[in-house]
Amino acid sequence: MAKFLLKRLLLAVPVVVGISVITFVLLYFLPADPARMYAGPNATVDTVNRIRHQLGLDQPVWVQYGRYVSRAVQGDLGYSYRLQMPVSQALASRFPYTLELTLAGIFVELLIGLTSGIAAALRRGSWVDSASMLLALLGVAAPPFWLGLMFLYLFAYKAGLFPLGGAGGLSHLVLPALTAGLGGAAWYARMSRSSTLDILHADYVRTARAKGLPGYRVLFKHVLRNAMNPIVTMAGMDIPWFISGVVLVEIVFGWPGVGRLAVDAVQTADIPLIMGTVIFTAMMVVVSSVLIDVAQAWLDPRVRTD
Amino acid sequence: MTSQASPLGEAMAPQASETFLALAWRRFRRNRPALFGAVFVLLLVTVAALAPVLAPHDPAEQFSAGLTDQGLPVPSTLPASREFILGTDQNGRDLLSRIVWGARASLTVGVLANGLALGIGVLLGATAGYLGGWIGNAIMRFTDMMMAFPTLLLAIALAAILRPSLGIIIVVIGAVYWTWIARVVYGEVMAIRERQFVESARAIGASSGRIIFWHILPHLMPTIIVWGTLGIANNVMLEAALSYLGIGVQPPTPSWGGMIQQGQNFYRAAPWLVIYPGAAIMLTVLAFNLLGDGLRDALDPYQRR
Repeated sequence: MAKFLLKRLLLAVPVVVGISVITFVLLYFLPADPARMYAGPNATVDTVNRIRHQLGLDQPVWVQYGRYVSRAVQGDLGYSYRLQMPVSQALASRFPYTLELTLAGIFVELLIGLTSGIAAALRRGSWVDSASMLLALLGVAAPPFWLGLMFLYLFAYKAGLFPLGGAGGLSHLVLPALTAGLGGAAWYARMSRSSTLDILHADYVRTARAKGLPGYRVLFKHVLRNAMNPIVTMAGMDIPWFISGVVLVEIVFGWPGVGRLAVDAVQTADIPLIMGTVIFTAMMVVVSSVLIDVAQAWLDPRVRTD
Repeated sequence: MTSQASPLGEAMAPQASETFLALAWRRFRRNRPALFGAVFVLLLVTVAALAPVLAPHDPAEQFSAGLTDQGLPVPSTLPASREFILGTDQNGRDLLSRIVWGARASLTVGVLANGLALGIGVLLGATAGYLGGWIGNAIMRFTDMMMAFPTLLLAIALAAILRPSLGIIIVVIGAVYWTWIARVVYGEVMAIRERQFVESARAIGASSGRIIFWHILPHLMPTIIVWGTLGIANNVMLEAALSYLGIGVQPPTPSWGGMIQQGQNFYRAAPWLVIYPGAAIMLTVLAFNLLGDGLRDALDPYQRR
């Protein structure tokens, strides 16, 4: 298992390097002039040129990239000229919020998605099945930012059950987590339904039943454990999408996370901050997919020997 | 017996009396959700194409009757506003007309971005799958890397760099969505290239390009059609998200995502500004998803239950 983990981590390195190169090169072509932004609107041309030289912005792109990477591995991601603070500090202050929202969203996603999908499979053709599949279809199609505004209108404004946005206690978390989780829950419901149905008809399930195992043991030990495999695989592919959804949810609810930071950075052309947030988010994706691969290896021993 | 009209002809040998397309149509016809999707998509295309005729008002005109005395949007429930079936927006413009015109932006971006993504995805996926070796490996590693990018952030960064316009949005969405298609096509081509007809083509000296284009591509048509349809759903959603963030389709061109962005400040006083455009996005995405699922069930004879 340790060997598998190491191999998986090594495979992630070129992905992170590639992402940083692409982001860096893209931002290099941004029409905005970072030196001018750094100097402020009233600075003279001389000052701007001096700052450009000081920041190394007059160097070729690969020299700039090399310098960026050597600093980044020491935890220095540059300085945000809008926020007037180091990018790493901005990320560190926002990340706990994004982590909180992401974990809560995944919890909602799995709780609603898996229970409704498995229930639909076990009661195939019943109203439970139809209802959860209809909800799944709608859940996939509803834009998260719209869903968030609808929740705010109905449950926060009309019913007054929750605050109208911002971060704070548990009551602040409920609506954003629901919004972030529902779209994914719809996918998981469809996936877990079909994968449970596949396995319900497998020979080993019939054998387990035939030898007289009680229903719940067949369900948990034989059906669900195997039905989880394709679902875990899907979780790995779903993460970049999930994180995109979280960005939108943060905007709708005024949630002070990394996604909001990224959108603000783009809107103000704050290049070091864009670079930092994009790479940081991509790292989040890479780390989560490593964790998911490990989960899969744990669930399915065949993966480990690959 | 393999004719151009039946790319999977070999697999369908037992039902030689019925062509592949006829069989697919028979399956599709029985699928009611898919038929609903198809009808809705047709309706949507008609609405978008005939927007100048169908929209009751000019989508950009700011009506003096379109705002209440307090300067707020007029709800559709007010008797005085019989003129505005879905009410008006924060600038006193007719909401229905804007939604009708918004269908144009959504479909244009959805379809064209999808065409671009299909082009890139099929080209790279098929090349990687057919050639294999280090070239194939390099292409697929690159694809994996692009897939690890958080889609929306990549699109946001690209859109911000390139300055938003309809053309740029299409390129940006195409540039982030092709990875999924490349993955699927790659897997299929790997399987197809081992088949006998590919070997025969190679034996008589056909070039790689010719084999990919004339012998393998027709077999990918079902996949391309299905992913193309599902992709439109995905791209409509992405366009809406970008426009919602203010870096998609730019005003004054009406787009559903943009309408929600501009209307959200009024969501408490005038929730319809958000409800209707969002419902339009949801129904569109739903319809393309249902159609795509139905096409997959109809076109894929190897499918599992």
